[in-house]
Amino acid sequence: MTAAALQSVVHRNHRRQQLLWLLAAMTLVVFALSLLLGRYPAPGLLDWSRLGEDDLALRLVLNLRLPRLIAALLLGMTLSAAGMVFQLLFSNPLVEPGFLGVSQGAAFGAAMAIVFLGGAAILTQIAAVGFALAGLGFSYLLARRLRYGGWVLRLLLAGIAVSALFSAGVGLLKYLADPLTQLPEITFWLLGSLASITWGKLLGVAAPVSISLLALWFFRWRLNVLALNEETAFSLGAAPGRERLFLIVAAVLPTALLISISGMVGWVGLIVPNFTRRIFAADTRFGLPATMLIGGIFVMLCDDLARTLLPGEIPLGILTSFFGALAFLGLMMLQPSRPKS
Amino acid sequence: MSATLLALRQITFGYRRERAPVLNEVTFALRSGRILAIVGPNGAGKTTLLSVLLGWQQPWSGAIELAGRPLASYTRSERGRWLALTPQSEHTPFDYSVLDYVLMGRAPHLPPLAMPTAADYAIALGALEQVGIAALADQPVPQLSGGERQLMLVARAMAQQPKLLMLDEPTAHLDLHNKARLIQIMHRLRSQGVTLLMTNHEPEVVLAVADDVLLMEAGRPPVFGPLDQVFTEAALSRIYQLPIRLVEVEGRKQVLWT
Repeated sequence: MTAAALQSVVHRNHRRQQLLWLLAAMTLVVFALSLLLGRYPAPGLLDWSRLGEDDLALRLVLNLRLPRLIAALLLGMTLSAAGMVFQLLFSNPLVEPGFLGVSQGAAFGAAMAIVFLGGAAILTQIAAVGFALAGLGFSYLLARRLRYGGWVLRLLLAGIAVSALFSAGVGLLKYLADPLTQLPEITFWLLGSLASITWGKLLGVAAPVSISLLALWFFRWRLNVLALNEETAFSLGAAPGRERLFLIVAAVLPTALLISISGMVGWVGLIVPNFTRRIFAADTRFGLPATMLIGGIFVMLCDDLARTLLPGEIPLGILTSFFGALAFLGLMMLQPSRPKS
Repeated sequence: MSATLLALRQITFGYRRERAPVLNEVTFALRSGRILAIVGPNGAGKTTLLSVLLGWQQPWSGAIELAGRPLASYTRSERGRWLALTPQSEHTPFDYSVLDYVLMGRAPHLPPLAMPTAADYAIALGALEQVGIAALADQPVPQLSGGERQLMLVARAMAQQPKLLMLDEPTAHLDLHNKARLIQIMHRLRSQGVTLLMTNHEPEVVLAVADDVLLMEAGRPPVFGPLDQVFTEAALSRIYQLPIRLVEVEGRKQVLWT
């Protein structure tokens, strides 16, 4: 009996591994097609052979589409992976890294730079990262002083309070902003877009983002253990405090860096991990790599639509919210969870 | 006579310094291959004692030795291979399969970032078979009944292959059939050389498995000794503040109260 059961488990893992390879292949295909997709010279796919002849096409692909596409891929992978890490560590399928004051902090920093510092791209970016990390720092320090609930709950409560404070600040800045020049800029930043990505911006964040993603990937099985309650994780030989803090930083840092160049891109971190769990079950050994790939594919596709659907650009955040919600609803309706026994 | 596995000397611990300690000078020595039942009314500090034994809470004073070495000198994963804890209950909102959940018991045997191997899956499956829920291996954890979940937590601790297995109220959610099975499992583990330590509120379970008993009372130093010397009518009547009688029915001791 054990031999047969073991056989079926080995088989199941093998199948999940194959599914991961399939997702990886799909990521590459979507990446390659997205590179050729656009509105030059006509809406649709660019002919591969044209790249050799048409200098403009080549430069367009290499200097505009390629960095933007890599940013979309990294953004999708990071938001989804960070979302899954947060959901596991906080035992709550409804949280994402933004909850610890990070998203609202970044928004506040960007809005400040736009209103008071003239809104130069580099300043906006630096202010967004700075305030995103400050948001995390405040949440952490505040959580240490709260006298209510366990550590996880305290951190979440502190994060919500810090987010609300920053969000009030963003509201105030919008109110103060020049309605003709600054307000639209803030609004666009809050809707998210990869339209202004350049190699310079991308390379500024690519290394720490990739290293963080790699670190999360190495923890893919360990994350299961760290998701247990602290005393149990401790009894299994883990150092829950230290290891969880490491994972939180490894999730928040790349999120803050990417938000600083993309603006707010909503719901990816919330919906993609839940979507992934429906397909791969909860075990993060397969679920974490899968959610990275699904998130990458999803944001690449949304960004394709953002830049090609209309002659003008559609903010990315609108599309990720819309299609994310649709895909998630569809999955929940088509595949009802098994009834309670 | 077998060697002492676990020795506590004058362990005092509380959650707040300004209040009276929860554990007051707890002293006992448990020999290996024995089953110890920790008995006492609610709030006497039984679960707290398990936390301290695990190393999760540091005692204010006193010493704990595991196999002759101070507990604090064990590395984290080493400690995970010596000690396992089955908590009273555990919440997970995610659809882990029962097998994936039990597999986490292998963590202290793996290098920090390694993946479990087929051998680890086999051990986890074996543990599920021993507690009799191998058929549930693919079920999602949130759909288990309270009793099945408790057996699963026992299986996870068994997958840890510890030398000392601590169980916090292991029979609290079990029906009679599963209670009898758990008693059988505990006897089998003991015969394999595992030392067991459990808290329990059910006198018939204590009478069925325990070799030694630690009687705990709030505000008093606990009493440790062999079952028949400590688990007496007088002692039970005192700690539960009820007239309690021990009677023998068909060769088995039972507890009666009014």
